[in-house]
Amino acid sequence: MSARQSYEPVIGVEIHVQLATATKMFCGCELSFGDPANTHTCPVCLGHPGALPVTNARAVELAILAGHALGCTIAPRSTFHRKNYFYPDLPKAYQISQYDEPVCLGGEFVALTPGGELRVGITRAHLEEDAAKLVHAGPGGRRAGAESSIVDFNRGGTPLLEIVTEPDLHSAEDAVTFFKQLRLTLRQLGVSDCNMEEGSMRADANVSVRPVGSQELGVKTELKNMNSFRFLERAMEAEIDRQIAILEGGGKVTQDTLHYDPDSGTLHPLRSKEEAHDYRYLPEPDLVPVVPDPAWVDRLRAALPELPVDRRRRWMAELGITFEDAEVLSESAELATYFEDLAARVDPKAAANWVRGELRAQLRERDEEPWESRATPERLAGLLELLDARTINVPAAKEVLAELIERGGDAVAIVEAKGLGQITDESELDELVARLIADNPEQAQQLRDGKEKVLGFFVGQAMKATEGRADPKRVGELVRDRAGV
Amino acid sequence: MTEPLWELTAERAIGLIGGGELSAEELTAAFADRAGNDPWAAFLAIDREGALERARRIDAATERPPLAGVPIGIKDVLSTRDLVTTAGSRILEGFRPVYTATCVERVEEAGAVVLGKTNMDEFAMGSSTENSGYGPSRNPWDPDRVPGGSSGGSAACVAARQVPWSLGSDTGGSIRQPAALCGIVGMKPTYGAVSRYGLIAFASSLDQVGPLARTVRDTALLLSHIVGHDPMDSTSLEWREPIVLPDAERVDGLRVGYVEELMGEGVQVGVRTSVRAALDRIEDLGGTLTPVSLPNTEHGLATYYLIAPAECSANLARFDAIRFGAAPPEAGGLVEQYERARGEGFGREVKRRIMLGTFALSSGYYDAYYGQAQRVRTLIVRDFARAFEQVDILASPTSPTVAFPLGERTDDPYSMYLADVCTIPVSLAGLPAISIPCGLSEGLPVGLQLTGPAFSENRLLDVAHALEAAIGFDERPEGLR
Amino acid sequence: MAAVIERETVEHVARLARLRLGPEEVERMRQELSGILEHIELIQSLELDDVPPTTHVVALQNVLRDDTPRPSLPRELALREAPAVAHDGFEVRGWIETHA
Repeated sequence: MSARQSYEPVIGVEIHVQLATATKMFCGCELSFGDPANTHTCPVCLGHPGALPVTNARAVELAILAGHALGCTIAPRSTFHRKNYFYPDLPKAYQISQYDEPVCLGGEFVALTPGGELRVGITRAHLEEDAAKLVHAGPGGRRAGAESSIVDFNRGGTPLLEIVTEPDLHSAEDAVTFFKQLRLTLRQLGVSDCNMEEGSMRADANVSVRPVGSQELGVKTELKNMNSFRFLERAMEAEIDRQIAILEGGGKVTQDTLHYDPDSGTLHPLRSKEEAHDYRYLPEPDLVPVVPDPAWVDRLRAALPELPVDRRRRWMAELGITFEDAEVLSESAELATYFEDLAARVDPKAAANWVRGELRAQLRERDEEPWESRATPERLAGLLELLDARTINVPAAKEVLAELIERGGDAVAIVEAKGLGQITDESELDELVARLIADNPEQAQQLRDGKEKVLGFFVGQAMKATEGRADPKRVGELVRDRAGV
Repeated sequence: MTEPLWELTAERAIGLIGGGELSAEELTAAFADRAGNDPWAAFLAIDREGALERARRIDAATERPPLAGVPIGIKDVLSTRDLVTTAGSRILEGFRPVYTATCVERVEEAGAVVLGKTNMDEFAMGSSTENSGYGPSRNPWDPDRVPGGSSGGSAACVAARQVPWSLGSDTGGSIRQPAALCGIVGMKPTYGAVSRYGLIAFASSLDQVGPLARTVRDTALLLSHIVGHDPMDSTSLEWREPIVLPDAERVDGLRVGYVEELMGEGVQVGVRTSVRAALDRIEDLGGTLTPVSLPNTEHGLATYYLIAPAECSANLARFDAIRFGAAPPEAGGLVEQYERARGEGFGREVKRRIMLGTFALSSGYYDAYYGQAQRVRTLIVRDFARAFEQVDILASPTSPTVAFPLGERTDDPYSMYLADVCTIPVSLAGLPAISIPCGLSEGLPVGLQLTGPAFSENRLLDVAHALEAAIGFDERPEGLR
Repeated sequence: MAAVIERETVEHVARLARLRLGPEEVERMRQELSGILEHIELIQSLELDDVPPTTHVVALQNVLRDDTPRPSLPRELALREAPAVAHDGFEVRGWIETHA
């Protein structure tokens, strides 16, 4: 047994998502990504003397919506606290956050895996405000050691939902699976863009390892700065290996905060001069409790659309499509709707194949999405029916699809206009096959001698002669008959 | 008119302007002249030209606003756009706010003319104005004595007739105590009555803006224009019953409780005598008097000096000289820059309270100090609730002493804290209270504090108005005779 | 509980609050804080386990703002009071200790 196999990783994650509101958490400044620095600020988000916060109702609503999707209890009352620490990106030198009374409590998120389900306990989800952007502009531009830094407060005060999980994950791979499906869910609910590159979704992971079979938790480290799924997975893998190596070497893991450097793929402890974190949490006197009307909370729950996990489960059970198909086709709400519309009209498996395969391949070249294409589910269904009835063959179907994408219209009419219909007259095909065998005695003999490959030669010849209108399968059968195989 | 214009109350001035006998510009010029000569150091900045310009605009307008161009002094803790606002601190020297406090906006919209910013204890922390980073104000009754604080400048400028009224802020007594020491009227409204937006925060759960004036009616008039919900302040209240100008002559049937704990030792004999005499007037006017106990009064100071510093330690953390404030000296690292900018920019008392508050919130001490103080606060709130089951309003001295000499208490922080022993419990309970002058002791004014349940402003003003007339306090500082 | 606080505590708290205190200031602060805490101690002996804390004196709840944009400050005004400005932002000079 290798060292790796004799340890079990234990991972809990903290996820910050920027909520998809129009304005900041506590002031009316518009949210924007990429606008010129310091053009979206006001006395409140600059922390000017005397300015006061007022809570954004939409942020509360999105937090409740997310809470429902995470299976959380929506707290009948939640309050804000001040979390005190000094840093240039934190204008008031305290972050308004939630402490002992968060908006969402105790839930469970279920992610599907090829092998089954991944259940992750949600400890809590709470609202808070984001810090500003600090750019190190000094010589060297290194994270520590820069001589000059610039603060841009456009991002400062963006509403954040921090989601904290139980330490229920046991591999980096699972953590990423959870992460991806959580992201999908939050995106589909419109809670957040969850764009990791732009920082609207960020993750920290608490990682520890313990001997397999042990129930005790090992010493954990906190990993930060992983702004893509790839980095997330690599950082966790690296940390699991590092901890195992320490333990195997007889050492002890120390409780550190580690920063992932994507360039070197290594983790560095964050040096902090601050004495052991003492955030001196203080009830926020400038804000009053949020006590959501239970009717409103229920309304939001009732209005919740089908969650991606439920949809996947239903498709696999009712439509009989594979896990992979379900995963790909539920990547976005629009795609899922498109697929469902189509699957209601034709064989779901064929629908899944065509949407995932040919449709997306053809659309990719045009930079179009299925749901915005002229090839509507209704039109595509018409095409797939022709294929199913063997009125056309696959190559013809692809051609018709291209036409549907280009100009729309009706598949039957296109087939007719283009003369793409398969030759359904048996005698015509039979005659053709007989001629081909007579013209190619050598190949016919090889076929009789058991050279199966030669069958393809005859089918090819037939397709060529009919300009693709022959049913290749039927041609094959006829060739065998005629050749006496 | 033989009387100088600066003797006018706001109410009379508005009447004269309304009758066409006086222009806002003349009135403003008269007060500006008087404010310009400021031996009491009541003002930190005077905007004479700006004030005259606004007065002229009011004179030229077709419709006269309700406050008709009467000048006003604004405590320097209130943000005024483009007009230097320091909160009495060197750390904000030269700071020009980018916005105006809601209450200042409201009085300006109502037609008051901001004449200047008044001196105060740094960040409103103090009871004498000696903690101002720009030197102490002096009491117009005796320039060797303090005017009280922290709104000492706002009280002194009214007592010295440099303006007929002013705005102050009160966290633990900062309007009432200086009003008492300067022989004028000062009112702290119910917590939430007036928007705090633009009030540079000291202790957010206690801070409240309020008026200071020479008469109860002027106090009411000014208050009537600043109360009400502000969408920029989550803790500001909808104000359903408008503040009306009081005209009561009697208080028949009124049940007044005098606070036993505040009528004994610890309160100067002369102050007690004056307050007792005022209580007798209540009976003359048809009210009844009963002793009432607020048993947790003795815990008021301790509670306050944990809660207020704790909140201030967070509120004052934003003064880091990055977005505003004095440029820090060049230093090696950020931590050092913070420490120097703040260590050198804040005065002694402010640092003391930041330290006390940071300590009270820090790991391992929170429950014993801050957490415990919040629970005692509950007891104090309950004391008042119980008292108001028996009586309609409570009476006590506003300050245990008359104005004390400059320098007397600056070396003993706790002796200074004692100046607010009568006003602090009311603040902790968030209740409205008014201080009116009720006599002299040793030739210095004594204040009577009347406290009511939340939202009882109109009743308090009525009682204060009737008492004001019955007491007939018309003494004035020697220099103004 | 002893009301006297140690010099190290004063230094630790000053550090948390980002206040530089000179050596004499530390000692004076130690004495003054000890004196004040002595008076404050009175309330520590009260049995208050059954008493809920008061954080707000007004019974307000759900004061929320519509998610409607309001005008922001022009950048010149936002930066006007800053001691140091560079690249359209607030400049922080000197090296920055990482915040964990």
